[in-house]
Amino acid sequence: MTPRRKRLFAILGILAGVGIATAVALKAFDNNLQYFYDPSEVASGKAPSDKAIRVGGMVTKGSVARAPGSLEISFVITDFAKNVTVKYNGVLPDLFREGQGIIAHGQLKDGVFVADEVLAKHDEKYMPPEVAKSLKKQAPAPAPEGRT
Amino acid sequence: MHDFLDMGGYGLYVWPSYGLAAAVLAWNIWSALRLQRIALEHARRRVAIAKSDAERAAH
Amino acid sequence: MATWTWFHKLSSPPHFYRIAGKMIPWYAIPAALLIVAGIYGGLVAAPADYQQGEAFRIIYVHAPSAWLSLMCYTTMAVAAAVGLIWRIKLAHALAAATAPIGASFALLCLVTGSLWGRPMWGTWWVWDGRLTSQLILFFLYLGYMALRSAYDDLQRADRASAVLALVGVVNVPIIHFSVYWWNSLHQGSTVIRKDGPAMPPSMLVPLLMCFAGFTLLYAALACVRVRAEVLNRERNATWLKELSPS
Repeated sequence: MTPRRKRLFAILGILAGVGIATAVALKAFDNNLQYFYDPSEVASGKAPSDKAIRVGGMVTKGSVARAPGSLEISFVITDFAKNVTVKYNGVLPDLFREGQGIIAHGQLKDGVFVADEVLAKHDEKYMPPEVAKSLKKQAPAPAPEGRT
Repeated sequence: MHDFLDMGGYGLYVWPSYGLAAAVLAWNIWSALRLQRIALEHARRRVAIAKSDAERAAH
Repeated sequence: MATWTWFHKLSSPPHFYRIAGKMIPWYAIPAALLIVAGIYGGLVAAPADYQQGEAFRIIYVHAPSAWLSLMCYTTMAVAAAVGLIWRIKLAHALAAATAPIGASFALLCLVTGSLWGRPMWGTWWVWDGRLTSQLILFFLYLGYMALRSAYDDLQRADRASAVLALVGVVNVPIIHFSVYWWNSLHQGSTVIRKDGPAMPPSMLVPLLMCFAGFTLLYAALACVRVRAEVLNRERNATWLKELSPS
């Protein structure tokens, strides 16, 4: 084996070693790397109660209810399998609307998620408003957000 | 013009982004040219010194 | 065998110095035209987004800088490997020249992303997979440059920093796939997608111009920086005498 060959294999070995070690570490910490739980995980009890967590899903159409005279708001988020009701009192991001993906930070209390922060998630699709309008006329169902 | 600067209310976020992009591009060009200038200067000085050394040795 | 002779010829410093010098305008001029046209297209000609309005225009500097920061790191790692295996000094010079460029675009990507996230997501920063791994990329660049500057001996600096560049390259696929592997706030890729870009041509064309312009700018900057590195490394080579007098 020439020294050049030796160095080539040494480098391939380093890369493979670091790659495998990283893959194992990422696999082990998989749950901590999830930025949020989706409603199915909440329903199956994977998400801890009475502990600060994040849940994410799409705001169900027609579920947004505001208490008159205050900022308090409640809405339902869904991953098209399960639903979670969210209660929130505070400022909403500009993109918050029905049919939008959102991520809420807070605690699960008796099956209701009490949020102290709501972030809007948007997808990777961009289009001019006119195109969006004509698309909506043709096919009203929006694409699901979040984990795919 | 006012509408363009306002960016639909997002001017405060759009313009600093583009401003920083311009600054990063300018820094990259400036620093690369500066490195080139310094390297050329030093190389020429080394060549000149080597030449004068050689001439002195010949005398 | 022809490619090998070509490769060895290019990797000889005087030959590279001449060729790279000739190439600079061929990269720099199209880069300038593409960036100006792309930025004009993004700021003025492209329509606003149906959801994000005018704020989406940040994509025209954010996405190309993200791309360039990843491309620079990959280039750096490949050059480092070539330098280690074949002991080619020019490859180490390329890796060293690439690091500050990549670092500056990684920073630009992080800051513009933050400026975009505040109005759209409702936050400047979150510790999700994508944002965290991109921040690590920035720190890898800083670590690479700090490691180089810690050595006085150029050859040792080359080898030590090359190992760091190689080890850090595992972060590159993590950045790209982070949004698919884990739930994250950051959305998926718009341009590199199974079903093709999720954008109409009126928005996509200026974006692609910015991608191409940034990439060509990197090529021009790398030529200038590697030439400077070559001059500093070839301290007493005879071919330096042919340099045109100032």
